Amino acid sequence: MQCDFCDSKATVFLTQLIGGEMKKMCLCEKCAQDKGVTDPAGFALGDSLIGDGFPVGEESVAGSANDGANCPVCGFTFKKFQQVGRLGCSECYETFGDEISRRLKGMHKGTTHIGRVPEGLVEEHARQQRLDQLRNRLDEAIAAENYEEAAGFRDEIQELETIEAVQT
Amino acid sequence: MMRFSTLLKHPADWMTGEAAGTSVVLTSRVRLARNLRREPFPGWSTKERRVAVLDRVKPEVEALPEMKNGFSQELDALTSLQKQVLVERHLISREQAARGEGSAAIVNRKQALCLMINEEDHLRMQSIRPGLALKEAYDLVSAVDAQLEGNLEFAFDHELGYLSACPTNLGTGMRASAMLHLPGLVLSDQIAQVLQAVGKLQLAVRGFFGEGTESLGNLFQISNQSTLGESEDTIIRRLERVIQQVASHERNARQKLFEDDPDMVFDRVGRAYGTLRHAHVIPSKEALNLLSILRLGAELGFFPPETGGTCDSLLMEIQPAHLQLHSGEKLNPEQRDAIRAEIIRSRLQSLDPPAIVATQESEELHPPSDTVADS
Repeated sequence: MQCDFCDSKATVFLTQLIGGEMKKMCLCEKCAQDKGVTDPAGFALGDSLIGDGFPVGEESVAGSANDGANCPVCGFTFKKFQQVGRLGCSECYETFGDEISRRLKGMHKGTTHIGRVPEGLVEEHARQQRLDQLRNRLDEAIAAENYEEAAGFRDEIQELETIEAVQT
Repeated sequence: MMRFSTLLKHPADWMTGEAAGTSVVLTSRVRLARNLRREPFPGWSTKERRVAVLDRVKPEVEALPEMKNGFSQELDALTSLQKQVLVERHLISREQAARGEGSAAIVNRKQALCLMINEEDHLRMQSIRPGLALKEAYDLVSAVDAQLEGNLEFAFDHELGYLSACPTNLGTGMRASAMLHLPGLVLSDQIAQVLQAVGKLQLAVRGFFGEGTESLGNLFQISNQSTLGESEDTIIRRLERVIQQVASHERNARQKLFEDDPDMVFDRVGRAYGTLRHAHVIPSKEALNLLSILRLGAELGFFPPETGGTCDSLLMEIQPAHLQLHSGEKLNPEQRDAIRAEIIRSRLQSLDPPAIVATQESEELHPPSDTVADS
């Protein structure tokens, strides 16, 4: 049997339950080690197996808007991400934002962070979350042709955005 | 600072099963992944920059009151045997052990907190507690996080939360897990069913030793898979609830096995005792599985209660690097099997045969229930 990641002969067979789904993989010695399958301490394993570690189909590579683009901070490329399943630096999440958010669906319970926020960012985080919420409700109101309500949301958004301009 | 030899001589409370309430849930672990803003992640960085990150982060970590008189070592200053021993004690990851210059491991005096610098992320902080105590473990590591964020600017995004090298750790950056000993469910063939049910709840289950699906020593690790879209508290509460349920299934399975087929249980425990006490060559796999049965026997009241702790310590002591350290020379697999048998025999030397006849009154056969901290 052939390894799922390269052309070598598969010698490690892994079955894992992720989100109630049985996932089977065949790996060669080297890929198994790279992906942390043979790591008894274990945290690396789950990390590398849920989605992003899998080889990506041709169409996805060709259709990528970020194909060939480099991260301005660290020079990382999206192609590299497809190979290793890891990013280059925190800024890469901005650079390859669309591609990454597409992959996040199904990987986690949600796509927006809930939980701890660094102390200095608590207020700013609350404002950002409120803005996101208002923008969603504005879209909904417009779609429902509820223009009076929409105007209210628009004003509130503008007000919150002004705070941003003052702060930054 | 604590020396490597001191660290070795004094295994943590969670390694030796000394703490109460560890009959099904051996340990709870919580780890947080953090990175510095706009700094290449370790896997994409240069040696110079990794060293610069280390020089910036390590003094901050060492200065924490929690880390006073702890163990702090750069990975390139440790021999590969020493690194392997730390891996076998679960103080550092195998991935971290493979790293050299620019990486470091810092462990506190009690070995309840271990921080790795420049593993997959710039900082991985983990806390380990005995028994089911995920909340306690989270509080410990979260306090460290809160102190460090004052002086280090962690990468954080308002939508994606803490930014990590791998998108599977985004959001809270938290992986919480518990190690469970489930011989009752394995012996009664219910394990696949239970694990499948757990898997449906977006939790990951895997054997603790061994590769792939194989589980040695009937030890399983249950952890959260999703890190984004739920708070730390929600994740931990769900995980604790599920673990409590699995533990209760395990206790029922033990009880039922004992009622339905006591001879089988006596036979397994007796054989495990006989082999472990008298073998002269024992492969790792066999040893782990027999120690699991011996531990079960202790919990069923066939051996003195401290036998469980002896089994837990042995799990660690019979790993390859520990054996090599014990014998002081490089060993081939045959030599390892002989030394492993020797260590087990000597540790179990004064253990009396299972008190099977003496404990026939069924009330005494109920396995003790786990005390759950912070539930």
